[in-house]
Amino acid sequence: MRIGTVLRPALVLLLLALVLRPAWFTPVFAPFAPQGGPVIYDRVSLLSLSLSHLGLVAAASAAATLIAVTLAILVTRPAGAAFRPLSRTITNMGQTFPPVAVLALAVPALGFGAGPTLVALFLYGLLPIFENAIAALSTLPPATMEAARGIGLNRWQRLVRVELPLALPVILTGIRLSVVIALGTATIGSTVAARTLGEVIIAGLLTNNTAYVLQGGLIVGLFAVLIYDALVQLEVRLARRIGAQSS
Amino acid sequence: MTQPGRFVSAPGLLFAALGLGALLAPFMTISANRIVEGQGVKVWSLAGAGETLVGIVAVTVGLALGVPRVWPRLRLGGAILGLAGLLWLLMQGAPALLDGAGEYARVSPAIGFWCLFTVLMLLMADALADLTPGPFARAGLLTAVLSALALVLWSGALADLSVLQEFASRKNGFLDAALRHLGLAFGSLAAAAVIGFPLGVLCHGRADLRGMTLPVLSFLQTIPSLAMFGLMIPIFSWVGETVPGAQAIGIAGIGFAPAFVALVLYSLLPVVGNTVAGLASAPPAAIEAARGMGMTPGQRLVRVELPLGLPIILTGVRIVLVQNIGLAVIAGLIGGGGFGTFVFQGLNQTATDLILLGALPTVVLALVAAIVMDILVDLVRPTPETTP
Repeated sequence: MRIGTVLRPALVLLLLALVLRPAWFTPVFAPFAPQGGPVIYDRVSLLSLSLSHLGLVAAASAAATLIAVTLAILVTRPAGAAFRPLSRTITNMGQTFPPVAVLALAVPALGFGAGPTLVALFLYGLLPIFENAIAALSTLPPATMEAARGIGLNRWQRLVRVELPLALPVILTGIRLSVVIALGTATIGSTVAARTLGEVIIAGLLTNNTAYVLQGGLIVGLFAVLIYDALVQLEVRLARRIGAQSS
Repeated sequence: MTQPGRFVSAPGLLFAALGLGALLAPFMTISANRIVEGQGVKVWSLAGAGETLVGIVAVTVGLALGVPRVWPRLRLGGAILGLAGLLWLLMQGAPALLDGAGEYARVSPAIGFWCLFTVLMLLMADALADLTPGPFARAGLLTAVLSALALVLWSGALADLSVLQEFASRKNGFLDAALRHLGLAFGSLAAAAVIGFPLGVLCHGRADLRGMTLPVLSFLQTIPSLAMFGLMIPIFSWVGETVPGAQAIGIAGIGFAPAFVALVLYSLLPVVGNTVAGLASAPPAAIEAARGMGMTPGQRLVRVELPLGLPIILTGVRIVLVQNIGLAVIAGLIGGGGFGTFVFQGLNQTATDLILLGALPTVVLALVAAIVMDILVDLVRPTPETTP
């Protein structure tokens, strides 16, 4: 972890510089640009692309979290038990659908633009969160549940005060998986005309400009790695807090 | 929530409601050519009243058979009947709609068809989950379904559908793309296994190596695929230009090689991670017994830890295979070939059926790979009978 304390701020600074001051990197990327061609992507500001990229991911992941956790709560209640086997099948088989294919299949149904990307990110994002939430909610320690019942908490209080807080770290792992997939799929979303950082990479591929590809790839890669890392840190902290409370 | 009771399947009721709703949506679309937007056709105006009625009745009865809970076999039968009804409706509807619609007219299944198809597949999956078939029964069922699919496609019964016309006009390209796609997915899996498996075994023995390797591999895994494929391009064009002979064997900035290496990098985490987890899954008592029998660490690895860890290791292979079949689509963007070529061409030309021609085989391939690997994992799992 000691490497992390040095590397993390360095990578954050690098990412900020790449997004906010792309011109600084002209000498770095120049060797990769075609002879006399543009080096730095300047058709749209990288900041606006980043914000729209992250906005898509955040909106889709927030909606997916809300729906997936709600569904998982319903399915783990006695009344919803009939849907348990089905939900397991859906999450198992649904996750074999390639994210790119989901994105591509959303286009015939919804047309081009941010819409199909958002829907594809949302639908695909549901599965890991749903799977983890079900796993977490159905493997709570029986002694704790018994104790909660014993001190007279009703169903709603048990859910909000005991079950959900205990399940949170595992649910968060699902959210992390889902966010990482969403970041990657949103990148490909630029092929269906959603405004994301993938645009920079695609522009580079179309014009044979490796400088663009490298620039876009670095920014997207850094975003993904840093967001992933931040979510891991959050999970570790939460798990530690819960561990400290229960011991 | 209402209690549906012991005799009615709650999912079955949901499927019936959704399915009947989907029957009201446009079942097929007809368009003047392959690019323009089509016009929806409701299920009852597809073809002659007699032909359509047969299909609608089959679908409705199929959905109804899914409702009673007591006989899972009947629910399975209902799903199959419903799917047969859908197939019948497509077979009747396509030629009837194309009749006199012009030379370039195209017909495709529409939202109603896809919803009904999904609902009936879910009904089938739900009934199967109740029956809990063993690995051999599942393998038989998969073979039956794939044979039926092959028969329907080969017979030409659906040849009027737009996506199959798209296929007919690029048969050779499709075969090439399929081979390239499989080559990318399975080839990168093989390469990842050759690298990752020994690495996993090494990591199993040494905690320090494990602590270094796994975090690096999981960071690699988080890099978005398009970025990873893109970042391979400068590396490979540099290799192609500087290493003598590299270009002769096809190594260049774009094409097969960068796609292949990107896929290998993505595959390493599941292979190494699951190898480590699998080897560590042997119960301490078994390790102790092996040590007591005087086995060397090498013998212990081959005879105890490896056989006991095989299900987890194979699960890693399943993850890689499914993931790579999907990611190989991105190779289409950097000239790596595969089904992605059709997907991205289709997106560029806004030709829906070309998108489907790339996306549908990918989905089928991924699903089949997942089911086959699940069967394999079940087969190698030590059962209580063999290890008392």
